[in-house]
Amino acid sequence: MATQTHYKERLTRARLREWIEGYLFATPFLIGFFAFVAFPMLFSIWLMFHRWDLLTDPVFVGFRNIERALTDELALKALYNSAFYTVFAVPVQLVISFTLALALTQPILFRSLYRAGFYLPIIIPVVATAIVWQKVFHPDFGIMNEVLGWFGVPPQKWLLDPNLAKPAFIFMSFWMIGRQMVIFIAGLGNIPAQLMEAAQIDGASKLRSLFSIIIPLMTPLIFYNMVIAIINSFQTFVPALIMTDGGPQNETLFVVLNIYRNGFQFFNMGYASALAWELFIIVVGFTIAQFYIARKWVYYEV
Amino acid sequence: METTTFPTLRPKSYRRQEILRRIGLAVLQVVMTLVLITFLGPTLWMVSSSLKARTEIFAHPIVWIPETPQWGNYVQALTMMPFAQFALNTFIICALTVSGVLVSCSLVAYSFARLRWPGRDFFFGLLLATMMLPEIVTLIPMFIEFRWLGWTKPGTIFGFLPLNYLPLTVPYWLALSPLYVFLMRQFFKGIPVELEEAALIDGANRLQILLQIILPLSKPVLATVAVFSFLQAYNDFLQPLIYIGSRDYWTLALALRSMNDAQVGQWELLFAASTVVLIPVLVIFIVAQRYFVQGIATTGFGGR
Repeated sequence: MATQTHYKERLTRARLREWIEGYLFATPFLIGFFAFVAFPMLFSIWLMFHRWDLLTDPVFVGFRNIERALTDELALKALYNSAFYTVFAVPVQLVISFTLALALTQPILFRSLYRAGFYLPIIIPVVATAIVWQKVFHPDFGIMNEVLGWFGVPPQKWLLDPNLAKPAFIFMSFWMIGRQMVIFIAGLGNIPAQLMEAAQIDGASKLRSLFSIIIPLMTPLIFYNMVIAIINSFQTFVPALIMTDGGPQNETLFVVLNIYRNGFQFFNMGYASALAWELFIIVVGFTIAQFYIARKWVYYEV
Repeated sequence: METTTFPTLRPKSYRRQEILRRIGLAVLQVVMTLVLITFLGPTLWMVSSSLKARTEIFAHPIVWIPETPQWGNYVQALTMMPFAQFALNTFIICALTVSGVLVSCSLVAYSFARLRWPGRDFFFGLLLATMMLPEIVTLIPMFIEFRWLGWTKPGTIFGFLPLNYLPLTVPYWLALSPLYVFLMRQFFKGIPVELEEAALIDGANRLQILLQIILPLSKPVLATVAVFSFLQAYNDFLQPLIYIGSRDYWTLALALRSMNDAQVGQWELLFAASTVVLIPVLVIFIVAQRYFVQGIATTGFGGR
């Protein structure tokens, strides 16, 4: 009896010690979370209802910032630009990365070399990427017009042409598919070989097994890559900041560029916060909607 | 019986199929090579142009390979700005980032992986939720917070570290990189508990266990996290742009951008500078490629 209570006591003491150690080890995150995640988010809600240029005292303005974020012509234009970019960039990116992944799971030579080459563009510093692509699209001396010229396409003004600036950014995004591709390659490697063999024995053509086996089995990864790509596309702006600064005629003024400008160039901290929350709600809304739609087309093995 | 009919029926069609398959693969090989050239095109053009004479840059049709490589472009590009200083600044920020991530994330990941404490699962859920949080929502309030702390002012701390570097690096010391914590936790969970129990019985404390048992067994995940966080800090543009005031404290990314804004016609110098900035990334990529692939394949994140 005595030994038993002794044992229990020791157990709880050890338990308590583990609790304390647990909190101690997690302290960096606990501090970080409250100081730099939870507090900023709440603070940002407060900011949204104030006008504040950081120099004078903040003034309560009620819903004015939110109203402006929802009606301002430039804000709506930025939203349209980001949506346009996302709608056209993401599907093509997915097709490219999936096709490349399929090709790289075939028994060709130097597969790891190709994989490294396709991955490379996304690890290049974004400033360097932006600078090079700005020159790639140069109307007179860029390689874009040069290469298109081989196929008889007349030279275009690209980043200087209001109609072609957004398509140019979308085109550039096709180079940034390395991450998606690696995920697809990993997924394709996990498809059971017996399944493919069974299909082959049943006389299914390559194309048939692609659409009836490979793509259905890959839908969870396609879905995952799509969700991440949409979130990222809505937030793209550093290339636009460097290459066009939002021009020509605000055609490449993306949402985050608009937020950045209002916050750090015009010092409208309240309005910028309202814009940021607007974007946040749109992105979260999109993501939730996709999860609902996903039930219809994403296949999970039971 | 089957074995007798099989060979008589199969060989011809089988051989034809095999030939077709080989042709298909050869065609694929050629197509993929063309695609690869397309993917590397802008980068190769940048490197080649960094060695061109000015007249070759602005020539029609495009000169793809410079007649005589102008190595002087590099000298000129690197001396028109205090490039060594910017490189040093960048590496200071990278070192603070990588060390912060390794220290704080391994502590936190160990706590989430092994220790039982009330609220652990709740906080782990919060950690995963922050992964989905767009950076932009906290960008502005965090700027104001750092301003209150005095970290947006000019000046240094400890006599050498610019105050402006604190907003860029302190969050990494507070394990605010959910992806890395997650990666490490998953890895730690795969290490047999028995090793630790034996050490606990021998009277080792948790910190000793982490330092002497867990971390030495976790080199692959530490390498992955170190590589990712180095690149994240090295390639970052937005945070340095917002926080770093004085030109003396600029990073390479900021220097490149200002060069691009100022040097309208000197592409060869701009490309030379960009190539130099690219070299460390390229070296790391070549040396540590398998860690990239592992990291991305297991978490689905990494890169941009």
